[in-house]
Amino acid sequence: MTRNLAILLLLFACLLALIIVTTGLGYIRIPVGQVVEIVFAQLIGNPVPAGLDDRFAVVITDIRLPRILTAALVGGGLAVAGGVFQALLLNPLADPYTLGVSSGAAFGASLAIILSLVGIALPVVWTVPIFAFAGAMATLVAVFGLSSPDSRFSSNTLILAGVIVAAILSAGIGFIKYMADEEVGIIIFWLMGSLVGKSWEEVLLVLLISLPCLLTIFYFARDLNIMALGEKTADSLGVDSLRTRKLLLTAATLITAGCVAVSGIIGFIGLIVPHLLRLLVGADNRLLLPACFLAGAILLLVADSVTRAFLPHEIPIGILTALIGGPFFCYIFRKRQLGRGR
Amino acid sequence: MDEQAFLFAVEQCSFGYTGTPVLEDIDLRLGQGCFYGLLGPNGSGKTSLLDLMSGAAAPQKGQVRFEGREIRSYSKAALARRMAIVPQDLHIGFDYSVFDVVLMGRHPFIPRFARPAQTDLDLVESALAEMDVGRLRERSVMQLSGGERQRVLVARALAQNTGVLLLDEPTASLDIRHTLDIMRALRQRVSATGITVIATIHDLDLASVFCDELIVLSRGRVYRQGPVASVMTEGLIREVFSAEAEVSPDLLLGKPRVQYRYAHA
Repeated sequence: MTRNLAILLLLFACLLALIIVTTGLGYIRIPVGQVVEIVFAQLIGNPVPAGLDDRFAVVITDIRLPRILTAALVGGGLAVAGGVFQALLLNPLADPYTLGVSSGAAFGASLAIILSLVGIALPVVWTVPIFAFAGAMATLVAVFGLSSPDSRFSSNTLILAGVIVAAILSAGIGFIKYMADEEVGIIIFWLMGSLVGKSWEEVLLVLLISLPCLLTIFYFARDLNIMALGEKTADSLGVDSLRTRKLLLTAATLITAGCVAVSGIIGFIGLIVPHLLRLLVGADNRLLLPACFLAGAILLLVADSVTRAFLPHEIPIGILTALIGGPFFCYIFRKRQLGRGR
Repeated sequence: MDEQAFLFAVEQCSFGYTGTPVLEDIDLRLGQGCFYGLLGPNGSGKTSLLDLMSGAAAPQKGQVRFEGREIRSYSKAALARRMAIVPQDLHIGFDYSVFDVVLMGRHPFIPRFARPAQTDLDLVESALAEMDVGRLRERSVMQLSGGERQRVLVARALAQNTGVLLLDEPTASLDIRHTLDIMRALRQRVSATGITVIATIHDLDLASVFCDELIVLSRGRVYRQGPVASVMTEGLIREVFSAEAEVSPDLLLGKPRVQYRYAHA
């Protein structure tokens, strides 16, 4: 127990330090000490301390912090959702998008982007997240509906239903791209994921959606452990596995939908973070899932800071996570396979 | 005995999957403190009957009552404190240690967010020892052989320490020593603490020696139920299992022993 607490505290300290350091990075460099002074002053409502550049306060609170916090929340949310999907579907290759949620969100977002083509001019800043969220949730409803003849909601049924729905939606997205003509660039860019220009409204949106879901998930972490024994045994140990499965699938999908709505589709975080942490800290979801949140937040924050502050041109974050995560995953995978061999 | 005194009352139960009946008109009364062997050829409905008795499945006709109450009316948590099951499925999804899996048997008794109490740990330790898996405690369950995993899962059910234990072929993939270990452990628990064990068993000789009563299923119906000596006969083995065997009383054990006859001998 003390070991678990130590791991979580360590990860939390890392995340906090990283948030402070990355806030100082960017086109305008701000020393770490001044970042702390300014944030502290703003938190307790004081004016910017004398002797510090006024622009720093604007850069920090209006531009960098919202983006940094969005990155942390999205990274953490995707990692937890991935961990939950892996545990529920008893499949270490599952990720937050296994049930086709990403395709649903992408379809919604694409639809919002080409609305202007048919003469409906709504502010894209608002319609894209709303449509993406709605698309993701509609996908979940469709997948549940398709799976419902199997009263046990077995993982094979769910995965298959997800694949079917995603395939149909992909065709839909292709059609929209074909219709979109000049807008196609915006759609493609959205699909690759980005955290550019995130505002406090978006931080709040992600937080409001994911906080209750995260708490629900952490509350049921022990039941999720038991469910690894299979449905019959879990039921005989007092876990209502069917109800718990539906509840947690919904919670994880809500988190995913919220993340995708503000940031587009960011792959790999939801797959590798839970997978790696399971190797490092074990499969106990009571430790694994909170650790996933912190580690996912750290990973996406690092990736986003790299593209924001170090690269000459920002590249879409989804590409970067795959570029960093992919080879790293290969390395771990090989090492593990070799460790097992004889 | 009046109806309330029975631990289980399976009343005119029929059960099946869409189009294929599995169990028909099952009527059974089971008492407490007895070791029941559930016998029958492959596909005779043994697993389905256990599912009905554990509340995992609902009969299409009839009802199953446990301690006088309809089994499906119990909450899962309440049932978990009274009954443990060991299903045939040995799959465990993730890399838990043997100790962690056996400790999961204490789940219904440990409040959420609480640590296991000393009694919980003691029960886990004695279950580990009984099933001879204590030295594997830190090993991942995914690295165990089938037989080791089966013993771990039985240990998990023993740690649950319930009055009723339902096991679906608990000795299916075990060597002779560990088969006897499990049967002895179950027998000992029944005799010493008065719990009730219901286990499907394929080895007729093993069932004769260790069980008190036998329930024989054939083609989805109860062929016979009763004390071992009255059920286990050469005629039954011929008719239900289509095998020739010699059944002779073992005076030392006071139980019938089954010796198969082989055509070429």
